[in-house]
Amino acid sequence: MPTLHTVNKSPFERNSLATCLERAAGGDGVLLCEDAVIGARKGSAFAKALAEKAATCAIYALAPDLAARGIKGEDVVEAVKTVDYSGFVDLAADADRVCAWL
Amino acid sequence: MSEKSRKKFLYLNRRAPYGSVYALESLEVVLIGAAFEQDVSLAFLDDGVYQLVEGQDTAGIGMKNFSKTYRALGDFEVRKLFVERESLEARGLKESDLMPIVWEDEDEDWAEKPSIAVVDKAAMAELIAASDVVLSF
Repeated sequence: MPTLHTVNKSPFERNSLATCLERAAGGDGVLLCEDAVIGARKGSAFAKALAEKAATCAIYALAPDLAARGIKGEDVVEAVKTVDYSGFVDLAADADRVCAWL
Repeated sequence: MSEKSRKKFLYLNRRAPYGSVYALESLEVVLIGAAFEQDVSLAFLDDGVYQLVEGQDTAGIGMKNFSKTYRALGDFEVRKLFVERESLEARGLKESDLMPIVWEDEDEDWAEKPSIAVVDKAAMAELIAASDVVLSF
C-alpha cells in the first residue's frame, strides 16, 4: 500500500478524519485508533463517509480501542475491517509511508 | 450542612473515555463534590455520552476500566445523570446502549430507581442555566 493514514482523535471533536478522507488516495489504507473508532459505529454521522471511501481505500479500526468503548464487532460499519495490534504493525510495515493525522 | 453552603454543581462531560484523561478526572472530582454534600448533577453530551456505554472492555488497551464506578454513584447520593438525546443519535447510539445506573430510595423500601435521564438539547441548556457552578471536562 502506498500510504497508511492513521487517525486517533474523535471525528466529533476534530476534523482530522474528514481532512484525512479527503486526501487519502486510491489504494491507500486508513486506520482509525483511540477515540477515532467511535466514527466507525453503525449509524454514526461518519458511517456514510467511511463506507463511501471504502470503495477506493481499505478502512481499518483497531479492535482493542473498539472494545474499550463498548463497540462490538457487529456494531462496526460493514466496510470497515477490524485489526489487532499486530495487524496494525503489519499494515505499517507493508506501507511505503505512514501519515498520522493528529 | 446549611442550605446556604449547599450549591448546585453541574459536571459537564464532553469527551469519550480512554482517549484522554478528562472522563476519569471528572469522575474523581464528582466523588469529591459528593463527599461535601453538594447538590450534584452530571451532564453527558457530545462524545461524553460514550462514558456511559455498556460493555466497555479495556483489557486490550492496558488501561483501567473505570466504567463500573458510574454504577456506584447512587451510593454517594449522586442520582442525577442527564444524557443528551441529540448526542446519542449523532453517534448511532440508543438509550438501550447505556449501562443501567440506579439509586436506592430509602423512603420506598430501597426501591431501585433509574439515575439516567435522556434529555433533549433544550433541556440541557436549562440544566446549565439552573446551576450555581458548572465544572467542564
